[in-house]
Amino acid sequence: MLKIVNLQARIEEKEILKGINLEIKPGEVHAIMGPNGSGKSTLASVLAGREDYEVTGGSVNFLGKDLLELSPEDRAKEGLFLAFQYPVEIPGVSTTNFIKTAVNEKRKYQGLEPLDAAQFLKIMKEKMKLVEIDQSLLSRSLNEGFSGGEKKRNEIFQMAMLEPKLAILDETDSGLDIDALRIVANGVNQLRSKDKAFLVVTHYQRLLDYIVPDFVHVLYNGRIVRSGTKELALELEEKGYDFIKAEVEKELA
Amino acid sequence: MHEENDDILEQVTTSEYKYGFVTDIEADEAPRGLSEDTVRFISAKKNEPEWMLQNRLKAYRHWLTMEEPKWPNVSYPAINYQDIIYYSAPKQKIAPDSLDDIDPELRKTFDKLGISLNEQKRLTGIAVDAVIDSVSVATTFKEELSKVGVIFCSMSEAIQEHPELIKKYLGSVVPATDNFFTALNAAVFSDGSFCYIPKGVRCPMELSTYFRINAANTGQFERTLIVAEDESYVSYLEGCTAPMRDENQLHAAVVELVAMEKAEIKYSTVQNWYPGDKEGKGGIYNFVTKRGICAGNYSKISWTQVETGSSITWKYPSVILKGDHSTGEFYSVAVTNNCQQADTGTKMIHLGKNTKSRIVSKGISAGRSHNSYRGLVDVAKNASNARNFSQCDSLLLGDRCGAHTFPYIEVKNNTAMVEHEATTSKIGEDQIFYCNQRGIDTETAVALIINGFAKEVMNQLPMEFAVEAQKLLAISLEGSVG
Amino acid sequence: MMDATINIKEAFEKTEGVAENLAAFRNENWKVFSGLGLPALKHEEWRYTKIKNLFNNGMVIDTEGSAVDKNFVNQFILPGVASANSIIFVNGRFRNDLSTISSSKDILVVKSLEEASGDEDAAFVSLHLGHSQKYHADGINALNAAFAAGGVYIKVNKGKAVGQPIIIYSISDSSDGFRLSLPRILVNVEEAAQVEIIQTYINHGGGQSLTNEVTEICVARDAIMHYIKLQNEGPKSSHTGTTHIRQLGKSLTHAVTITLDGEIVRNNLNMVMEAEYCESNMYGLYLIKGNTLADNHTIVDNMVPNCLSNELYKGIMDESATGVFNGKIFVRQDAQKTNAYQSNKNILLGNKSSANTKPQLEIFADDVKCSHGCTIGKLDKDALFYLKARGISAENAQALLLHAFAIDILNQIKNKEIRTYVESLISERLSFSI
Repeated sequence: MLKIVNLQARIEEKEILKGINLEIKPGEVHAIMGPNGSGKSTLASVLAGREDYEVTGGSVNFLGKDLLELSPEDRAKEGLFLAFQYPVEIPGVSTTNFIKTAVNEKRKYQGLEPLDAAQFLKIMKEKMKLVEIDQSLLSRSLNEGFSGGEKKRNEIFQMAMLEPKLAILDETDSGLDIDALRIVANGVNQLRSKDKAFLVVTHYQRLLDYIVPDFVHVLYNGRIVRSGTKELALELEEKGYDFIKAEVEKELA
Repeated sequence: MHEENDDILEQVTTSEYKYGFVTDIEADEAPRGLSEDTVRFISAKKNEPEWMLQNRLKAYRHWLTMEEPKWPNVSYPAINYQDIIYYSAPKQKIAPDSLDDIDPELRKTFDKLGISLNEQKRLTGIAVDAVIDSVSVATTFKEELSKVGVIFCSMSEAIQEHPELIKKYLGSVVPATDNFFTALNAAVFSDGSFCYIPKGVRCPMELSTYFRINAANTGQFERTLIVAEDESYVSYLEGCTAPMRDENQLHAAVVELVAMEKAEIKYSTVQNWYPGDKEGKGGIYNFVTKRGICAGNYSKISWTQVETGSSITWKYPSVILKGDHSTGEFYSVAVTNNCQQADTGTKMIHLGKNTKSRIVSKGISAGRSHNSYRGLVDVAKNASNARNFSQCDSLLLGDRCGAHTFPYIEVKNNTAMVEHEATTSKIGEDQIFYCNQRGIDTETAVALIINGFAKEVMNQLPMEFAVEAQKLLAISLEGSVG
Repeated sequence: MMDATINIKEAFEKTEGVAENLAAFRNENWKVFSGLGLPALKHEEWRYTKIKNLFNNGMVIDTEGSAVDKNFVNQFILPGVASANSIIFVNGRFRNDLSTISSSKDILVVKSLEEASGDEDAAFVSLHLGHSQKYHADGINALNAAFAAGGVYIKVNKGKAVGQPIIIYSISDSSDGFRLSLPRILVNVEEAAQVEIIQTYINHGGGQSLTNEVTEICVARDAIMHYIKLQNEGPKSSHTGTTHIRQLGKSLTHAVTITLDGEIVRNNLNMVMEAEYCESNMYGLYLIKGNTLADNHTIVDNMVPNCLSNELYKGIMDESATGVFNGKIFVRQDAQKTNAYQSNKNILLGNKSSANTKPQLEIFADDVKCSHGCTIGKLDKDALFYLKARGISAENAQALLLHAFAIDILNQIKNKEIRTYVESLISERLSFSI
């Protein structure tokens, strides 16, 4: 589904990704862990097409297409979803209208008729249950005045509505208390299926108790330095990132 | 993407001016220039009574002593008042009741504007007064309105048919001496609309006037007067367009509203005069004085405006809150682009007790334009318990435009509560990226954001106008929001 | 009685030839003043403040220095700050002989402006003296400049922190007529220096006075400058002052203006942000009664990107007092990423009190976050009721709420002694004590 080969990227003059290799197949859940500043969020942003980052090398193939050639909106319409670490507030634009716009843009891209109000509402009601989100929240301006937990739930709700093939969760657990985390994870788990894949970016092992990954990768200094199964996450939790850092430094030395 | 964004912003905010056609109609014009003879010529053309001519001449003589205001935050080359044609009428005669006999060219003009003068084919129950250049060419639904006692006719007709009302109210809210442009208007105004809503009547339909400047080198100086007697209600809509011409044209209108006890007037404007081209060539100078008086207790006047046109706008729809418990409102979206300049806002003058006013102003600047909000909230000594809330927000698109706010707040009574808030921001790249990531392209994203920004004002517009206004904001919302 | 302009002309001519180095500056500004005259109400910047009438009658202007001694000065020294650096102006003229500089010379340099414009500081003086005129091109500013030779030059040396505050006392003696004082101050805060400057004003003698002052302060890279202006002169004292602060390098400035009394008080405060990452804070409290008119005009000029400014002015108008606030924020075209906040809050207590406010944003850059807000109103009825319901008397309840309203401005005064002093003045005014 997604094949990343030797991906390098920088922001302004600073090299952040120094050669990432990663392959994700349908149905898989991959977790990317790493200390602060290792490049986790950069990887998520580069895949979604944020222009602040300049790709300086490597390739990304997504469902047979050169992902890096696509505009951010086309990536989204091809089925790539990024749950933002910091969801953006858009005053005056109601969440419902926003999602309806997004859903129908995607349908247009797929050559489908736009959903009418009734159809849309029906689907929305179903998906709302997934993340225990309240109707009143959806009639408010997008993310404006939402609590941290509400913003994150809104991200997962949008993911449910847009039905992506690959969802990237960028530190979705940050700032969430345990209850909110459970709700969010529960929403994600219900969306897991054999043709969908997830890339979960996180700093802590905690989230992975709820969203159990098939593979865990450790990102350090712009490279994936370890890959393994969920046990790797537990090991990291126990030994801390310094342990990985030290090991990597030793190898380099 | 920076550049790409700018391009798209430019496209979105640079909707081609769709109303820029010229209608080839023979016109009956006054000679170029302004003198007492011009004033007499106009008055004679309209076959006006002597008192009206005297009013005009008085205004003209006063105008000669006045200077053009220099304080607005706009700049333009000096206007040569002798180079303007002050009277231009489509050369065709229409009997008031024979709308079917309207010159086909003229009818086409209004069809292109999307205004039906044909009552049978009407889509919506809106009575229309159509003013082209200097004169009113058609007023629809007159009969139906007259059944409930509502007078809706051209100003020329009103001077002939209802002189007592005109004598009483014309110039009562905006005297000729008010400012340079009102004096000019009072001297040379050629037509406009007059509405009179008798006591206790809720006007059964929206009334509207469409203003169209057609002929070259002409100025348009129309006058609107709305009088709402006790316990009456009227909603009035005004739309404006003009052809694309290389030279600037002057539009100096005066609008007066009078609301008696418990009366309510809702006045909505969608102003789309030709704004000039991208280089700032041509376009309308829109120097307009609009003022309403809440003369009676518990009366209400509400101004809503969506301003997208004109090369220069200078306009402050105001409310004098004279009656106790009266309410004034001002809702405005002003969009400026390319080289447009707008200095607009409102005045809320609190005189009566327990008066309330609300101001919501949303300015959107793009291109090299300048958009200024200028407002006054004045609470007089005896205006106890006055309340005002003002919100002025500016949105900047691009880095070559300017947004300015000049709110004056003057409170002379210690029981007043006045609040003013203002913000300036831009459409953030992060907002656009967020939309992109959800599969929404940048153009749609910008439209969404602008609509969200202006929503509070758009919600105030009557349905038909809201749709037109949204289109005017150059927003393509194809199949999106419902 | 004759018009004051005649006195002014006489005084100007009398001081001719006294100044050498500043002669050109004097003459140039005299010409400007003669040309512009005094601002009338139709001058937009003076819309609410009738300053011109003050000049209708004769005025007394000091041309050579009044015969007073240190004992005379000592009675005006603020409590708790006896060891501070005291810079004394009498009748608008800097008096080296009466000033007390407690900080050492390698930290703080204080000398007459005339002297400074002839020695190693001459280049600095000629570069910065009169810069405020760009923002206030009116006769009031020019009038002060024409008498600048009687002013002071203050320099805080590079890398030095002045331990004691610098307190500038402007004493006007009004015992022999309407006193016009024209103090002029130029401050050079060098790189990485730190200083606290306090200005205060005294009208002695029971007559009328007008202090027309210009203070220009330049703040260099990495410097920190705290500024306090304290006005409590009395109902016969008027004031037109400009404090013009240039942030030449990345620096922090913090200004607090407190106005408690006066006849007509007009303060211009300018923050000109000329380097990236500057931060400036402006706070003001006008707590006035009687017929006092307090008019605060502020300008924040963001000339470069990435600057931050914060502004909060609060006013309480009792009796027939009038409060005026005009806050301008300019964001120039290059000044992207500017953050500017401004707020003005007014409480009208008196039946004849009034407030005029005009917050003004002029923005030419697009990537900015600016906001302003203002309110005019009375004390919150519900809060008053709540206090009364707890058995607090109406007077004390009002005082308590007003004190609470004023306290966040007071808390911005960093100098503890001055803060305590101002707090006592305010408590006394509000008849408030806990």
